[in-house]
Amino acid sequence: MGKVPKKHSVADKVRKVKTSAEIKNNPFEVKINRKKFDVLGRKSKHDVGLPGVSRSKAINKRKETLLKEYRQKNKSSKFIDRRFGEYDSKMAPEEKILQRFAMERQRAIEKKDMYNLNEEEELTHYGQSLSEMEKFTDMVNSDDESEEKGRLSAELTASHFGGGGGLLRKKSAGEHPDDDGGPKAKSRQELIEELIHKSKQEKRERQVQKEEAQELTEKLDHDWKSIQTLMVRKKPKAQRDETPVEKPKLEEYDKMVRELGFEMKAQPSEKMKTPEELAREDREKLQKLEADRLRRMMGDEEPEVAPSRSHVSADDLHDGFILDKDDKKTLAYQDGKWNLDEEPVENGAKGEEEEEEEEVGGGSNEEAEEEVDDASSEEEEEKDDEEEEEEEEEGEKEEDGHSDLESERESEEEEEDEEVKPEKSKEERKAQQEAAKAELPYTFTVPESANDLEKLLCGHTPDNQRLIMARTQKCNHPSLAVGNKLKLQKLVGLLLDYLGELACRSPPELTTIDKLIPEVYSLCQMFPQAACKSMQTILGDAAHSMEEVLEVKGNAAFPTLDVLIYLKVAALLFPTSDFRHPVTTPALLYIGQALTKCPVRSLEDVTSGLVLCCLAVEYVSFSKRFLPELINFLSGTLHLAVRDKTSAGYSVVPPFRSAGKHSDLLVLSDPESWKSWSRKTLPLSATQQLAFKNDVHADHYRLTCVYTCMELLSKCCVLYKDLVCFTHIFQPITALLSQHLSFTLLTEPLKELRTAILEVLGAAPLARSRLVFNKKKPVPLKLFTPKIVQVLDYGKKRGQTREQKEEHRLRHKYKKEFKGALREIRKDTRFLASEKLDDIMRRDAERKRKVKELFGSLATQEGEWKALKRRKRK
Amino acid sequence: MAPSHKRNVKLGKLSKPSVKIAKIDLNSTVDNILESKKHANDVFDVFEFLQSEREKDVITAVEACSNLFSTLLERKELFKGKLPAEDDALSGECSAEDKYHIFIRHRYNNCVEMLLEHLSHELHAIQEASLCCLMKFAAAEGQHPLEDLDWSEHYSFPRELMQAIVDRLLSRTMDKSLLISRFHEFLEKDDIRYYVMSSIRENVGKVMDKSKGEVMPVYQHNVFTLISNISMPKEESELSNFMVKQEAKHEHWKAAKLIEHKRTFERMWLGFLKYKLPGNMYKKVLVILHDAILPHMSKPTLMIDFLTAAYDVGGAISLLALNGLFVLMHEHNLDYPDFYKKLYNLLEPSIFHVKYRARFFHLANLFLSSSHLPVYLVAAFAKRLARLALTAPPTALLIVLPFIYNLIRRHPSSRVLIHKPSAEDEPLEDPYLMDEDDPAQCHALESSLWEIKTLQRHYHPDVAKTATLINTPLSQKEDDISEVLEITTFELMERNLKQTLTKSIPLEFEAATQLLSVGKDVMGQHFCLE
Repeated sequence: MGKVPKKHSVADKVRKVKTSAEIKNNPFEVKINRKKFDVLGRKSKHDVGLPGVSRSKAINKRKETLLKEYRQKNKSSKFIDRRFGEYDSKMAPEEKILQRFAMERQRAIEKKDMYNLNEEEELTHYGQSLSEMEKFTDMVNSDDESEEKGRLSAELTASHFGGGGGLLRKKSAGEHPDDDGGPKAKSRQELIEELIHKSKQEKRERQVQKEEAQELTEKLDHDWKSIQTLMVRKKPKAQRDETPVEKPKLEEYDKMVRELGFEMKAQPSEKMKTPEELAREDREKLQKLEADRLRRMMGDEEPEVAPSRSHVSADDLHDGFILDKDDKKTLAYQDGKWNLDEEPVENGAKGEEEEEEEEVGGGSNEEAEEEVDDASSEEEEEKDDEEEEEEEEEGEKEEDGHSDLESERESEEEEEDEEVKPEKSKEERKAQQEAAKAELPYTFTVPESANDLEKLLCGHTPDNQRLIMARTQKCNHPSLAVGNKLKLQKLVGLLLDYLGELACRSPPELTTIDKLIPEVYSLCQMFPQAACKSMQTILGDAAHSMEEVLEVKGNAAFPTLDVLIYLKVAALLFPTSDFRHPVTTPALLYIGQALTKCPVRSLEDVTSGLVLCCLAVEYVSFSKRFLPELINFLSGTLHLAVRDKTSAGYSVVPPFRSAGKHSDLLVLSDPESWKSWSRKTLPLSATQQLAFKNDVHADHYRLTCVYTCMELLSKCCVLYKDLVCFTHIFQPITALLSQHLSFTLLTEPLKELRTAILEVLGAAPLARSRLVFNKKKPVPLKLFTPKIVQVLDYGKKRGQTREQKEEHRLRHKYKKEFKGALREIRKDTRFLASEKLDDIMRRDAERKRKVKELFGSLATQEGEWKALKRRKRK
Repeated sequence: MAPSHKRNVKLGKLSKPSVKIAKIDLNSTVDNILESKKHANDVFDVFEFLQSEREKDVITAVEACSNLFSTLLERKELFKGKLPAEDDALSGECSAEDKYHIFIRHRYNNCVEMLLEHLSHELHAIQEASLCCLMKFAAAEGQHPLEDLDWSEHYSFPRELMQAIVDRLLSRTMDKSLLISRFHEFLEKDDIRYYVMSSIRENVGKVMDKSKGEVMPVYQHNVFTLISNISMPKEESELSNFMVKQEAKHEHWKAAKLIEHKRTFERMWLGFLKYKLPGNMYKKVLVILHDAILPHMSKPTLMIDFLTAAYDVGGAISLLALNGLFVLMHEHNLDYPDFYKKLYNLLEPSIFHVKYRARFFHLANLFLSSSHLPVYLVAAFAKRLARLALTAPPTALLIVLPFIYNLIRRHPSSRVLIHKPSAEDEPLEDPYLMDEDDPAQCHALESSLWEIKTLQRHYHPDVAKTATLINTPLSQKEDDISEVLEITTFELMERNLKQTLTKSIPLEFEAATQLLSVGKDVMGQHFCLE
């Protein structure tokens, strides 16, 4: 047992004696770790191990640390290094030394110099007293010095002050590692001489070197001068002046070419587009937008359309600026003419014309064009901001942004063309007259509150109000000043509120609203977020108030005219066909709610309901979505016109009742009044109040309502023709039209409508196929052939996110560390155990030895005593 | 002798009321009266104030009265037992003390009468003050009974006073809901509640008999407000809050027994419901029936007649009666023939629009949750609901669609409604008969839920999404309907309004130039800007 450590120690001893090369070559020391696979290009550190070496290293280390600790265990006395900052690892060693030194000095002064009044303290340099050093200064200074002085002097001082022996010995050991005996024989005198000699020699060598370098430089300079002339092909100034080179006579052609090159080139400008091109682009743009709308209608999640990334140049500034490819035309002849000349001329002429027009038109169009540009640049900026976040899609978005920008500009231009041109002549004159009369200012500040806005617009004609709004927008374009954007955003809400207020006036100023619509639209295009938000608040408020009334009373009054106008405006500003839209979806819900919860009590209510139905048809006309409330309300309205309510055949859905106080609203008071009726459009103001001169008038109104209702129904029929339950949905309508209303609908247009609707209803197929689940994609059978995946980066775990990888790595590391720590602890305990055992063995051996000694001494004593006894006996 | 003299003097004064009287501090008057019997006649001054026109005077007078008489009652200075007529007593031969007592008792009776009059006063403050004062008297009377206990079987409770108060409260001409709600505070005392309930029963019987069962909206409304808010104790131990403490034989007192309370409660309600009710009252009763009335009745089954009658009325009333019926069927073993058939016939377009939609669907969900229902029934319900869904608003659709899905999930054999692959793939007409009353005859199982297919094109995105679920096999887990039962349109809207502003907002790309363009939009064709 006790031999094991001993054996180690012997082995270690042997190993210590041997050099590392010897150990590495010893097959008994080396353990080769077998590799399972040979991986090309992988370097492995652990193919060969030296277990003995590492074990002895470990044991030594333990002896120094663990064993010491073990020995010190339970011992109260300890050596503690109380030097300043000894255990402070944060302190730099120099600082430590400085502090210690300072403390030492302080202590010395405190003790010694307590009564020392004016004696200077001793100055030192490198720990040596300066006063002592002075003795050698002459010698050091005597050398005329170069930059290597420091080293030499240090050497010298070291040799002088430090006794020189150590240094010399070291030096000699470095210089002559092989012959040990030589330097020891030299005496001190000799050594110093040698040293001096060597230093002198070095100095001389250096001088020579310097001189040589000087010489070389001079030579090089000289050579350079001779070569220089050759290289530049220019003679030095002096020479050049003497012999001017004859220039070759320029040929006429070259001259012309050069002149042409320097000539002012015609400014490349954007190519005018032919009408066909314009139309094509327009169509393409519309197609794109339409496709977009369809996608949103289907309610698909936004598919991140990722077209192939367009190439982004390294020099790209990401400013959205893209050189038009058509810009740079190659200089060429076309039909015997410069192709360059034509366009600018044309362009210029056009431009002038336009300018003229614009000037006449109050300079607004000019601004408008700037506007457009500004708007687009604004958009670019916004786009850029977004791009910073999504760097990956930069290229693609860039492309998008650009195309948007282009299309928008085109569309705006076109709009202007469309709008402005036909009205121009009128507007010109009007504008002139009005400018003369009213002197409408050209700049306006953005109104900050509803009152301001009203003050601004109050007293102007609808056309002027529009003009004011347009000018306000232009003067305060976001690109012109910093705060404008916020102001205009606020203006969106204010303008919308103003529309509502106009609708609330009596009589409602609908023409003004009508005129203001384009301004609202353009503002909305500029600030979709703000417009959306204010529209949402308006709708939310309306719905909230209706909800409150509903909770209390169970039914509510029809929405007022302003809400109707808002609903219409919402449809104008936002797409109604989207599957889910932040504005139009709530708006449609509101319409549905109003159509179900508001009881019809008067002809005004009927009108309001019909307006809502119109809106509902408009909202769903593109997407053809099913709106049950719409059909319910229309059939209910027809029911109001039925004279005899007893015979059913259809059921009436709330808010209508099959019979009751207000269920005869649309029944004609005079059955003959239809004869004088002619079709008219209903006035919107009729939703608020109606006044009839006589019964015939009222009857005519009723007939108009019925007619409108039927028209809407026929539209619905077309819309919902494809629904599976078409016949069931329209069953009440069929019953009403075919059985109950045949007497009422006597006039020609009504009759026609009736037959048309019934035809559509009759033509609908009654039969349909059964419902089955969508076919599922068949799940493929499990295959036994391995799935082969090409792996490009070996040794890496794939299919993980960065966090997962990191976590995995840490987990692995932790496991490794944990195992290592366990192993170390085990080894420590083993080492300690062996040490303990060793101690015990040693103690036992000692005791045995002592016992033996005692026995021995006793035996000798006994022997002696016996011998004495024997002797005595003898 | 003395009292009469005094009285004459006072009467003389009364006949010529001066302005000064108004200034007299009522409190000092009351103190005087209480101090010595000499000033007993001052009580007329107080009465005068009590009948004054001014609100303040009346209220102070009421307070004064309440002080005065409750103190007197405490001092037992009121005559006990059968009260002789005033003039007889005064001329009769009894001691001065007795005469005084009789006099005071008569004044007390006068006062109570006046206060009862005031309960019908047009000013609420006066009504309230009088009511409080009367209740104070009642409490005092209970403590110091004016009757001889020996021959009163009702222990010491001022029943007459209570009856008089209740009679006044249940006015036939005035809406007394405010005063009644004040009165409810007193009903927390268990004995008051008990006697009030029996008084109500008597009153209702009397009044309705007089009107020969005609509907009396105001009166019935008053009765309903009074009785609908009576909160009954749940356990015997809760009966501890009494206004009048009975020293003797407390445990035999009827007002101290829960069973008696329940019985009275039941009799009161049955008495009330026996007569014809106005339409909205019917609904109100049915709304509270299942949790405020049925549990507190000693025999809830007595309500069967009322409930079956209500269930047969049709419309919203039937829907409401369902709840009570459910309680009876569930807890009291009521057997109702053709229950499901009737339930099936309740399904009409209006169920999606009535106020009690949530309650109805909750109950219907309960009724149809049984797994022992025949498939034809389940299919009939599913099909009918689907057909009705064609006229329903989105909030209702969000309930109905999961409801139908749950039906199909619970009864897997009804899955043919949404999945029926057949060999001959020929289109067919819908075999379902909407007008058939009997769910067994309506051929629902042979049909398919094409209506839900239609609703996939509904305008509201949530509905459309829910409807698309039938395209694939339904998941195993049932949808929880209770979440959507109470949803309102506004909440739906808010969902849409709030979940925005993250992405860019799509805009209309066709430029708007005017409000109504005649050519394009529908509104422009029918309406003009006028």
